[in-house]
Amino acid sequence: MKAAVLATATVRVRFFARYAELAGRAEGTLILRLPATVADVLDRARDEWPGAAAIPPAPLAAVNRRHSRLDAPVTDGDEVALLPPLAGG
Amino acid sequence: MPYLTASPLALEPLLAEVTAPECGGTCVFLGTVRDGPGDGGVTGIEYSAYDAMAEAELDRILAEARRQWGEARIAVRHRVGLVPAEEASVAIVVATPHRADAFAACRYLIEEIKRRLPIWKKELRADGTATWVDPAGHPSMVGPR
Repeated sequence: MKAAVLATATVRVRFFARYAELAGRAEGTLILRLPATVADVLDRARDEWPGAAAIPPAPLAAVNRRHSRLDAPVTDGDEVALLPPLAGG
Repeated sequence: MPYLTASPLALEPLLAEVTAPECGGTCVFLGTVRDGPGDGGVTGIEYSAYDAMAEAELDRILAEARRQWGEARIAVRHRVGLVPAEEASVAIVVATPHRADAFAACRYLIEEIKRRLPIWKKELRADGTATWVDPAGHPSMVGPR
């Protein structure tokens, strides 16, 4: 018997530093049709929150607190973070 | 393991964490908030972090260092919040049996921290402006503090 496949994913999106200022928020929730990637989350975020449209085309991203490529898949319950250029140290 | 702290960094507790009889070399790196001639009167830096990921990423970075330098004893702290000019924003202490490994591991840790930690800094200036810093080179945006 095959496992049931979720048709949609609810994803928590987090914005930090300058991107939080641009988006006008630190976080939000999006529901995406699957399959979906981090890039799809970014596209939807730009539509959903107008300020987020000013985020550069290919920002750094993380999924579930790990650095991630934009073409990585996302699944239900994931936390997707959009990260401005890192400046630790 | 909380690596992030809003308090000033004290070196003695970190040295106490790594000191061991078998370690003959200890390397300390401190990164401090700079106001150099070209920096435009920086009075401090406001550090913000993706806390949960920064902690997880530091766990991963330290695990990598311990794999590469099996006998290394390591302590790391990174500040968040406002850090005035000249105060330390990051402290790394590495003790190993011999000095070469302590230097190498310390260098590895600071480079990976700068490359991978989800931490951001906003430089605050004497004229009241504040600038997000993009270490790839240039300030990314200027606005009121």
